[in-house]
Amino acid sequence: MNLHEYQGKQLFAEYGLPVSRGHVVETPKEAAEACDKLGGHRWVVKAQVHAGGRGKAGGVKVVTSKEDAREFALHWLDQRLVTYQTDSRGQPVSKILVEDCIEVERELYLGAIVDRSSRRIVFMASTEGGMDIEKVARDTPHLIFKLTLDPLVGAQPFQGRQLAGWLGLKGAQIEQCVHIFTTLARLFIENDVALLEVNPLVITKAGNLHCMDAKVSIDSNALYRHPHLREIHDSSQRDPRENHAEKWELNYVALTGDIGCMVNGAGLAMATMDMVNLHGGRPANFLDVGGGATQERVSEAFKIILSDAQVKAVLVNIFGGIVRCDMIAEGIIHAVQDVGVKVPVVVRLEGNNADKGAAFLAESGLNIIPALDLQDAAARVVSAAMEAKAL
Amino acid sequence: MSILIDKNTRVLCQGFTGSQGTFHSQQAIAYGTQMVGGVTPGKGGAQHLGLPVFDTMHEAVQATGADASVIYVPAPFGKDSILEAAFAGVKLIVCITEGIPTLDMLEVKVKCDELGVRLIGPNCPGVITPGACKIGIQPGHIHLPGKVGIVSRSGTLTYEAVKQTTDAGFGQSTCVGIGGDPIPGSSFVDMLRLFQADPQTEAIVMIGEIGGSAEEEAAAYIKAEVTKPVVAYIAGVTAPPGKRMGHAGAIIAGGHGTAEEKFAALQDAGVTTVRSLAEISQALATATGWTR
Repeated sequence: MNLHEYQGKQLFAEYGLPVSRGHVVETPKEAAEACDKLGGHRWVVKAQVHAGGRGKAGGVKVVTSKEDAREFALHWLDQRLVTYQTDSRGQPVSKILVEDCIEVERELYLGAIVDRSSRRIVFMASTEGGMDIEKVARDTPHLIFKLTLDPLVGAQPFQGRQLAGWLGLKGAQIEQCVHIFTTLARLFIENDVALLEVNPLVITKAGNLHCMDAKVSIDSNALYRHPHLREIHDSSQRDPRENHAEKWELNYVALTGDIGCMVNGAGLAMATMDMVNLHGGRPANFLDVGGGATQERVSEAFKIILSDAQVKAVLVNIFGGIVRCDMIAEGIIHAVQDVGVKVPVVVRLEGNNADKGAAFLAESGLNIIPALDLQDAAARVVSAAMEAKAL
Repeated sequence: MSILIDKNTRVLCQGFTGSQGTFHSQQAIAYGTQMVGGVTPGKGGAQHLGLPVFDTMHEAVQATGADASVIYVPAPFGKDSILEAAFAGVKLIVCITEGIPTLDMLEVKVKCDELGVRLIGPNCPGVITPGACKIGIQPGHIHLPGKVGIVSRSGTLTYEAVKQTTDAGFGQSTCVGIGGDPIPGSSFVDMLRLFQADPQTEAIVMIGEIGGSAEEEAAAYIKAEVTKPVVAYIAGVTAPPGKRMGHAGAIIAGGHGTAEEKFAALQDAGVTTVRSLAEISQALATATGWTR
């Protein structure tokens, strides 16, 4: 679960990390007022979306008058910001952060993740701040410095000093670096962070280390113990269908194709998308109905899939392990009737009572095409979608 | 022979009297698994499914001499339950629970390694040695005792591979779901090592998915150490980057963890890879010379 920059910075500030003074605003008038409140002659205005690459897309600007701040807010609020990290529709802008403008001497990078391979929290730093760090890691890995947190003793000051030395920091900056490193490590652990980035971490003209940006992503599985973070999450940054699916404990990811997929199990759901692709079709979504594919959940899943106007045909792929396929077939029939499904539905049932389930589907008189197996199902749904498109 | 579990494995259930624990313990008993009791704090002294209930794992292990434990507790209690089992002295822990925070698993993994405890999962279907012992939520009836070792990050994909190898008559030595989380208790490499050493296992099916680099690490291990034929399938060729595909660990991050990278690494290691899930048993037949 991603936090906005302003939320990340509030968290940083609570931990005593150096961040700019700023105000979050929701109207052009408030943007101008924020400049007055902050004082000075130069401010940074930043559109708040869950995506990087905002600067290049025009979503971050230095302004020298409160009229310009107002203009910026007028331009971006209620618009969608498209960056290289978003899809072509972009992310909605509902808040703008107005901050003091900091004079920058050098830009650095500091980030932390849970490294799956070493099974440790790993910090990464680079002298190439402000850049796309993935590109730096790929093209010039020697410009990335890594520090691993020991699971017993955690982040130690000596590691902060190592980091400072590697980044070429001097004098008082060394202690500042130790403070930022050890504090970020504490923040990471105490908030169940999954990914954290300060890009850039800067050395100001005055010679101090300063966190210019704050990207924080929280482990969704740990939100039960961080109710405050769950509450501040901005769900408008996600596809509305994904939000709706979450309410029904369905795992849904919107894609760009025209074949809706409903599957039990995350692995099988991915494999089904791949199978559709192998047969020349394009999946419209990932959807895992989970182990308990009840009639109610199947209905909701159909509604979510069909709310995508692109969908020309639906593939239902269920491996009935412990649940019986005849029960699932009944669930599908009811759901198709309830929801009023107009597009062809191809169903592959495997496992317990699969034959009985297939017979129910055949007798239902609905536009349900039973499939023999996975290959057959994929072939049938792809041709059904082709036919529907040709009409 | 088999790996991890056999007909002599004595199993405790944590979260025994809950709905999941009850249902799947019944299924396991019906399959022939030697369930010897369970733990539900506060219900010690009671009987459930004809077996003793204990308040703590320590008591349960002392009283029953169990060597394995299966966990069906809600995610917030996952870490505590795994550690309780590890400290109580069981040698194998199978954690079915989905949704345990990653940082909990970092600590748990370190401790299990230190204590020499084998952890399978979390967020997995479990382990089954067909005809002998079932620990987990798998549908027992699709399995057949046989010669293929199966290891997978996904539950339903394991069942697909099981069904195909059963239909072909090859059967399975042991099937292990290592789980869909970013920090699993056991890796592909851990299971490949056991399958390679197991005389009953003649070939191995490995089912991976996008996210992380466990498949690449497996490929390196196979190249160096595995002499048995391996067939691999990777799910998620069509998954978009940056999106979590159901499993907490199934995400292409920073351009890494794609299915194509994994296919390439496995092919380089001499593994037979299949692009279609439906072709697993066919590929096995080709790789081994078995007739279906």
